[in-house]
Amino acid sequence: MIDTKDILETINMIREENLDIRTVTVGISLFDCVSDDKNRFLNNIYDKITRTAERLVPVCNELEKTYGIPIINKRVAVTPLSLVGGKLDSEGYVQAAKMLDKAADALGINFIGGFGALVHKGSTQCENALIDAIPEALASTKMVCSSVNVATTKAGINMDAIAKMGSIIKKTAYLTRDNNSIGCAKLVVFANVPEDNPFMAGAFHGVGEPDAIINVGVSGPGVVSSAIKRAGNCSLSELADVIKKQSFKITRVGQLVAREASNRLNIPFGIVDLSLAPTPAIGDSVADILESMGLETCGTHGTTAALAMLNDAVKKGGVMASSHVGGLSGAFIPVSEDAGMISAVEKGVLSIEKLEAMTAVCSVGLDMIAVPGDTSEAVICGIIADEISIGVANTKTTAVRIIPAYGKTVGDSIDFGGLLGTAPIMQLRKESPEVFINRGGRIPAPIHSLKN
Amino acid sequence: MKIKAVLSVTGKDNVGIIANVSALCAKYGANIIDISQTVLKDYFAMIMIVEIDKLTVAFTEFADLVSAYGKDNGLEIHAMHEDIFDSMHKI
Repeated sequence: MIDTKDILETINMIREENLDIRTVTVGISLFDCVSDDKNRFLNNIYDKITRTAERLVPVCNELEKTYGIPIINKRVAVTPLSLVGGKLDSEGYVQAAKMLDKAADALGINFIGGFGALVHKGSTQCENALIDAIPEALASTKMVCSSVNVATTKAGINMDAIAKMGSIIKKTAYLTRDNNSIGCAKLVVFANVPEDNPFMAGAFHGVGEPDAIINVGVSGPGVVSSAIKRAGNCSLSELADVIKKQSFKITRVGQLVAREASNRLNIPFGIVDLSLAPTPAIGDSVADILESMGLETCGTHGTTAALAMLNDAVKKGGVMASSHVGGLSGAFIPVSEDAGMISAVEKGVLSIEKLEAMTAVCSVGLDMIAVPGDTSEAVICGIIADEISIGVANTKTTAVRIIPAYGKTVGDSIDFGGLLGTAPIMQLRKESPEVFINRGGRIPAPIHSLKN
Repeated sequence: MKIKAVLSVTGKDNVGIIANVSALCAKYGANIIDISQTVLKDYFAMIMIVEIDKLTVAFTEFADLVSAYGKDNGLEIHAMHEDIFDSMHKI
């Protein structure tokens, strides 16, 4: 028999502590859509996506009702388009992005990812054409997300690609200026990108994946934060155990939904991503967890240590709860999507430098950071290069999703609404790294002995 | 093993809540096997465990029906499949 205390705990997590399944993402391979005829290619991708994920939304609605847990996003991730677009020119890639958007609209999903390129060592003509198409593609679609991998620990850092992304990000901000430069919220630059990440904007269907796969991302900062508050005045060893237990429970729900979605859609189960993904809702915040651990405000001294412990405990608890764990798996620290982070920035406690340090121990990177619209391309490239080097040197995924909000400056803030939240414009250094960035070439892969 | 679900019912206390929710279960073929119920001040809270093998409607529809009944009568009623509790609390 199910214990009443357990029943109440689960119900409380869902109703009061914002526990939800953040996303059920279907990964779809587009390799069999390749064609030398542009229109045939576009029709092939539309047909394959709408056929494979046809029942995604109805099945998620069924699961929501059966288990009484909200499934916030239903998404599709496809093979990076630059790998299947053949000889498409930039205009052709913009049309392909519109076709992805049309397929997403037909399915009734929230986002579709995979308008991207893997250029960590160098880029092909196809990849250059796709990258050139990003600003126009993001400005003329609603649900398409784009990601570009510019570095890996094995290949080093492609600084030419970073230089190009600086200009692509600025152009995207300009083309979507009437809507708070929202295009940049759908564009992310990666190092060591995972191939099975269900979260946007970075989701795509990796080349080593099967024809289709189900990946599930859980959430639950509110659950962890409440448990820490209930634990009261205990040592950090005890606190790590509290976090592990909550992470186990959250992940088990993700595993249940992933397994059922896989059965009902007849698509193999891929992974559960254990990330603690915050939302702008009060209490559903990673910053709030760090503050309940004992920091006066997130961003103060001690924040990196607290986050490192949190991230590690989340992984340890979650790993045992799922048969396959993957994606990004850790704690996300986006600024605009987390009410506690927004407040810490507004108080002047959380700076971009501290965020950068935090990304060395958390799961992703500088995420949803709004900066002044007049920030130079070189400075944006400098921010990307710094963040990417943290990932490359530490053999981990890092990423940058930065919004140089057109026409805005420090003191302003931009409101995207919904899960993307509100971002205060952050202060940056103005001194230029232009000469360094313009050198181009590649930063060699780091050595992995003589560790210090 | 019979398939079970949990009905949680909360709201302002009133005459006949248990009777009415039980009647609803009987109407759609849900067999009640356990009830734990309490009233704190004026606040009514009940956890009901039901077998859903012989439901005359799909479980998702049953969940909608009980929740709609709750809404009309000032109660919050949620039906949830037992698997979510088992997954979370049993290793």
